[in-house]
Amino acid sequence: MNTFAAQFREQSLRLTRDLRHRLLIQNALGKYETQRDHRKAAFQDWQSARQAAAEIKWEAINHLDVHLQDFVSRIEARGTVVHWASTAAQARDIIIGIVRDSKARSIIKSKAMTSEEIHLNEALEEAGFEVVESDLGEFIVQLRKEAPYHIVFPAMHLTRGDISELFTRELGSAPTQNPEDLTMIARRVLRQKYINADVGLTGANFPIAETGMISITENEGNARLTAALPKVMISLLGIEKVLPRLEDLALFLPLLATAGTGQPLTCYNSLYGGPRRADESDGPEEFHVVLLDNHRTELLADAEQRDALHCIRCGACLNVCPIFRNVGGHTYGTTYSGPIGSVITPHLRGLQDWKHLSYSSSLCGASTETCPVKINLHHHLLQNRRNASRQKPSRIEKFAFRTYAAIVNRPGLYHLVKKAGRVLQKLHPLVRGTRADPAYGWTKTRDLPPIARQTFKEYWKDRNIK
Amino acid sequence: MVQILERLGHTVECPQDLACCGQPAFNSGYWDESRAIAVNVLSRLKDAEAVVVASGSCGAMLKVFYPELFAKTPHLDAAKSLSARTWEFSDFLVTRLGVSDVGARFPARVTFHDGCHGLRELGIKQPPRVLLSKVRDIQLVEMKEAETCCGFGGAFAAKFPMISTAMGEVKCASAAETGAEYIVSNDSSCLMHLQGLLSRQGKPVKTIHLAEILVRQ
Repeated sequence: MNTFAAQFREQSLRLTRDLRHRLLIQNALGKYETQRDHRKAAFQDWQSARQAAAEIKWEAINHLDVHLQDFVSRIEARGTVVHWASTAAQARDIIIGIVRDSKARSIIKSKAMTSEEIHLNEALEEAGFEVVESDLGEFIVQLRKEAPYHIVFPAMHLTRGDISELFTRELGSAPTQNPEDLTMIARRVLRQKYINADVGLTGANFPIAETGMISITENEGNARLTAALPKVMISLLGIEKVLPRLEDLALFLPLLATAGTGQPLTCYNSLYGGPRRADESDGPEEFHVVLLDNHRTELLADAEQRDALHCIRCGACLNVCPIFRNVGGHTYGTTYSGPIGSVITPHLRGLQDWKHLSYSSSLCGASTETCPVKINLHHHLLQNRRNASRQKPSRIEKFAFRTYAAIVNRPGLYHLVKKAGRVLQKLHPLVRGTRADPAYGWTKTRDLPPIARQTFKEYWKDRNIK
Repeated sequence: MVQILERLGHTVECPQDLACCGQPAFNSGYWDESRAIAVNVLSRLKDAEAVVVASGSCGAMLKVFYPELFAKTPHLDAAKSLSARTWEFSDFLVTRLGVSDVGARFPARVTFHDGCHGLRELGIKQPPRVLLSKVRDIQLVEMKEAETCCGFGGAFAAKFPMISTAMGEVKCASAAETGAEYIVSNDSSCLMHLQGLLSRQGKPVKTIHLAEILVRQ
């Protein structure tokens, strides 16, 4: 077992035993579900909306080259500098280069999972810059020196008490359990950071090919401040996010808000098209867009799983996933957790190192059912399993399944094995539930039913003799 | 299941040399080994008018996953043909035969667990409930987490027992809230997992397959 798989197993064991944590997450996500269902009902036909969104993404991804070129040429025409980054390292170097060139010291950021993906904060800090997350949840996990717990709710694993304690410790504020007071504490700190920042860094929800603009959707207004106050603005975006037309937002903005947070629309929706023009009173003097590939084009070449690039990062699949709801977000050890993370991480970081996530699924299909852009998530997990065992089969498993196939294909042998099982199960109590038990994975927490005294086949045979 | 179908006047056959649909190997990523089993299933069932399966999961394997397993192979047509003829038991009774009352009687309070494969791969939600609603003296109480996975998931249950067990606990707790004496399902593997958990934890709730209720008179 590789280190990542061992860590996942260890964390899973720890967190499934942490009943307080399980309850906290399940309660929070239960409330989300109620809210989301309420908003889904506001759509005339939610299933048709999903279908329409899937078709738009299908077109967007299948003609990604054209849409990207359109997006780039149009946003460049308004004075934006576009950078293409094939790898995470290139993207980091490009961004550090821009920051250095602008002689900046402090960078303010709004929420961007792509920046987590390329480990940007660490790189910027190592290069000697101050980086401040301005999304409240991200600000909290940054103070805790943690990765976001969830792609949409980064601090959902913390209670008000946890946050109060953190603020008292790190910011010297007076303890309070009141959410408004806690928000005000963060706000006071952040306002000063906006003013001091030389560079603002954002992600993007939807780059629009038709107009060469970037749509950013948020609830706190922090992305607006990040984009408006500093002299230099950088947007780091995955190439797969592009949508063909401006009017597509009419579907995608409510779809994302409904699936993501159970809102009709998020509180702030902005479009950014370039640096400040001569006749404009605010906005950045310089605007850079960094387009990130980082293995996305390899996924694009995979006809079977290409639709994983449809993802709009709403987090809905995490919210309904019973695995996520029991082990939580940090256990995955990935940027993208939950079902979509289990599907794409092997593509982003290597199949053999991350295949365990594809096996750690009951294939229940709740994620596929909920995905607003209809990614066939659990079938992709099956394909990852197939690809992993094709590429590097486990000798024991291969042998086991060959033997299994040989037995079930030979009725005489199958009958014999069943008989042997009846004899051997009498010895089972000697080892049941101990490490010596061949069925330990099962019997540690569960009883195993005895083999039926009369199996269906025996019943059938007897019946036909009579 | 056989008894119920025969009571309704159908001829039931059961090929003696079939033991498994190959799903364990398929789900674990060993598709060649799975196909070695599945080709036999295809050939043995090729003449059946309807193939009725008592487990949503095995049903989904035949109906949904075989065409995927045999894609780009010479057996694809046979797989598609079998897929079209395969029915999950409750769906067969209600949708194909139009039967909702099989004359059963079962005096107990029960709650229904939707097996994931039956529910989401095959889209079967109402048929088992229609059948249960016609059972005399039964009291069906829906649980909040009826559609949530029980945590079985085949090899997953043994590979990640801690997660599988936690999921099972969520399910059992939700079932217990209804005060039901039985958890009913149309999927035997979920029931094996849940019964294993319940009996280990000394809980009084029992599990029972839908067909076992429908056969009681």
